Amino acid sequence: MTRRSITVCCVILGTLFGGLSFANAQPSLESAAEHAQSRVVKIYGAGGISGLEAYQSGFLVSPEGHVATAWSYVLDVDPTVVLDDGRRFDAKIVGFEPSLALAVLKIEASELPFFRVEEKASAQWGDPILAVSNLFGIATGREPASVMQGCIAAVTKLDARRGTFKTPYRGSVLILDLIANNPGAAGGAVVDVNGNLVGMLGKELRDASTGVWLNYALPASALRTTIGDILAGRVPQAVNSNEPKLARDKAHSLVTIGVVMVPDVLESTPAYVDEVIVGSPAERANLRPDDLILLVNGRRIDGQRSLRDTLRTIDRRDQVELTIQRDSEILPVSLRVE
Amino acid sequence: MSREFPVRWLCAAIALGLFANNWVAADGPLKLEPIVASVEQDRIAAIEHAMPSTVMVFVPGGAGGGSGVLISPDGYALTNFHVSSPAGSFMRCGLSDGNIYDAVIVGVDPVGDLALIKLLGRDDFPYAELADSRLAAAGDWCMVIGNPFLLASNLKPTVTWGILSGVGRYQYPSGTLLEYADCLQTDASINPGNSGGPIYDAQGRLLGVVGRASFEKRGRVNVGVGYAISINQAKNFLGYLHSGRIVDHATLGATVATAPEGGVRVSNILETSDAFRRGLTYSAEILEIDGRIVHTANDVQNIIATLPSGWRVKLVYRNEGETVETLVRLMSVHRQDELLEKMAGAMPPPPPREMKDPQDEDDEDRDKEESEGGDSVPQQDASKEVPNSVKALHEARRGFSNYHFNELAQSNFIDSLRQQFPSQDSPGPVTWTIKGKTADGQDVAIRVSDERLSMVAGAITVEPETNADLYDNIDDETIAGLLPALDAWRRMLAQGPKQFGETSYLGTMPLGGERPLRDCIIANDGELEVRFLSHPQSHLVEAIEVFADRDRDPAELWLIRRPNATDAGPSAIDLRYGTESLLRIDIDSWQTSADEQPTEEQHSKQADLEPENAE
Repeated sequence: MTRRSITVCCVILGTLFGGLSFANAQPSLESAAEHAQSRVVKIYGAGGISGLEAYQSGFLVSPEGHVATAWSYVLDVDPTVVLDDGRRFDAKIVGFEPSLALAVLKIEASELPFFRVEEKASAQWGDPILAVSNLFGIATGREPASVMQGCIAAVTKLDARRGTFKTPYRGSVLILDLIANNPGAAGGAVVDVNGNLVGMLGKELRDASTGVWLNYALPASALRTTIGDILAGRVPQAVNSNEPKLARDKAHSLVTIGVVMVPDVLESTPAYVDEVIVGSPAERANLRPDDLILLVNGRRIDGQRSLRDTLRTIDRRDQVELTIQRDSEILPVSLRVE
Repeated sequence: MSREFPVRWLCAAIALGLFANNWVAADGPLKLEPIVASVEQDRIAAIEHAMPSTVMVFVPGGAGGGSGVLISPDGYALTNFHVSSPAGSFMRCGLSDGNIYDAVIVGVDPVGDLALIKLLGRDDFPYAELADSRLAAAGDWCMVIGNPFLLASNLKPTVTWGILSGVGRYQYPSGTLLEYADCLQTDASINPGNSGGPIYDAQGRLLGVVGRASFEKRGRVNVGVGYAISINQAKNFLGYLHSGRIVDHATLGATVATAPEGGVRVSNILETSDAFRRGLTYSAEILEIDGRIVHTANDVQNIIATLPSGWRVKLVYRNEGETVETLVRLMSVHRQDELLEKMAGAMPPPPPREMKDPQDEDDEDRDKEESEGGDSVPQQDASKEVPNSVKALHEARRGFSNYHFNELAQSNFIDSLRQQFPSQDSPGPVTWTIKGKTADGQDVAIRVSDERLSMVAGAITVEPETNADLYDNIDDETIAGLLPALDAWRRMLAQGPKQFGETSYLGTMPLGGERPLRDCIIANDGELEVRFLSHPQSHLVEAIEVFADRDRDPAELWLIRRPNATDAGPSAIDLRYGTESLLRIDIDSWQTSADEQPTEEQHSKQADLEPENAE
């Protein structure tokens, strides 16, 4: 055992027992587990085919039913949220931040227990933590989520830009020494031994070169601003169907920006670019085939219909701001009309 | 927020800062804080307490293995059915004391994935202290000790430490048979080979038997999710497993669904089920089963699936505003044929023998010759290695994994039956003459002999002559239903289980829904099936149930004794059908006499009698 790992072990033990005046067996983590379990939810949505699980995890961040979770294909349909007491809710996606792979859902409820997303970056390597998630979809109905224990092995950045880990996230992550990031665990809560939120379990990531699965979480401090903005309603992302549409000859369209999308064959076909028209604003902005359009002027695009509808609300003389995903990168793109 | 938590966590957070500063910067040898050292000592002590009961199971002939755990000083140990089944009847078991013991299969529960085996050669085996797994909670520390990857060929088991990730978990049947209900989920590493082994709590008490793990795309290694059969489920099945039978799980005979407005409602019910006879109907709301409150359909399944078939448990339900507390006999999930067939299907294929590639051996002629003379031919029958003294402890029979242990239980039963009132020293027919009074003061006289069964109660006289008469009396729920019960008892005493009719030890079950679990002997008397339920400590028979039509209520003869008068006979007998008492008789005298002449002997026999009223 290296000196460093001995230190880590001691720190863990010290943390768990430092406050005890009696020296009996290791105290149960039951109260912290219970605290966290009551704030972690089960999320069901799209998937269920070709090895894609139709479920993931999330956690409450407001008493009114805001749920933070990982942004993933599961949210391609309006998801269902099940609380630890078994109550089921249809949820709406009220915000997402592609660069954090974070989404915030809202259910119609009140007086729920919730996590405060703290600003101070308290998580350090060596800290003991609990990971609470519905990995493998084990819990159903009123069964509480699964609890696992371990510690933060490192706080570091992922080697993501070179494609080792396919994630748009570029900030610091908490590397965990437990096998926390299983199917369905994404969006689960990582808490300290007091039950306070430390981070959010990320989607499954595998090192493209070694095949090793990564166990990690996004630190709460990285999520705080975005979650706070969404809670405060500062980022109205949902496409408002009541927003006045402009006349067709006054508004933007796929033609005015210069893209051809992949064939729209599904109820909500993802907004993938199939072709870029020569000489168009899209070409000038270097948009490419296979780019996925995520946001248009800050509005979330959940399919080609919402893309067309949103363009109809924008004057064709105005610039259009896109957020796109290209491979595992999230990029801003400005389409200027000349 | 931290105010919601015990102060110790606050202190713990402070301690973290201090320790981190002190220790990262510290020079020289590392010194543990006393509190840390003390916790570490406690953990070591718990492991030392637990580990001697851990069993490393090896299948003879190198065909795999797993883990197990000793639960009694005479060598009974639990493991998984899927660990014992490749071995068949015999296995070799190592303990951490460095010794290897022969072991023989006792009983198996293929649905619950449990098997009871018996290690041989000692009567002072170390054994695990059993915890109450209902008290366990997510977040509790726990440890798994066993034989992962069969690493413990040096008889040093592997310890992995973690917490309970969830309790009361339900895992759907894998394949067609295995069902894990009300099980424990842990993040302590569980790998292939840990199967069948113990999961202990932080004090080293046995919480459950490790069963399976979630293995998906990451290969057959731990991914942080392992499951254990709760020790409380194992406790329910221990008596059944001791019977040497292939045992089945219970079903209510009804399906239930969680209602949208909450609560569990019956969505379908078999009219042949006891639950239906007790008034449970479609849309009735189930409130409690076996003393446990249920909220969801999963809760119901979590309870029922951890009970053996044939148990009679308490049921509380609400129907049209009326709350009914009753008892319900649980049915088998499978018919016996179906269970045996599915079990055969669930058995793993014989393990592949390592066949040496002849190409490789060309360069090693000497080795090749040696190996041909020795081991290279796969052994056809691993039981050749089994000593005869061990083989003598196994007897194959259809429906049993080891009939030998059932016979042991039968002979214990008849021995204790013969020692209790009305005791009978030598086999042979006797006549019982029982006199007493009903609650309303009517005289009752009962005569039970090989020749005649008769009963006079007040103005009523019954004298069934044929077995068909007895059958009809039970079917019609008449007072004569107590005659076949008494006669079965008398005949069992006279003839013993071998001559009585097909007799076997069923296991242990509640009596009238109450613990302690009673030993149950089941004996077939022509069309009638008789069950004797005896107290586990005093071994006194407390109830005799006689079933005619299996889809109707049996006649139940309850034997009521005065407290502390265990040597005496019953002070009263009570005939019940369903949950109702039909006839209760306070006993005035209970005489046994050897059948017919000579009369002198009759007198001497009577002299031996202890009239039960002699207080």
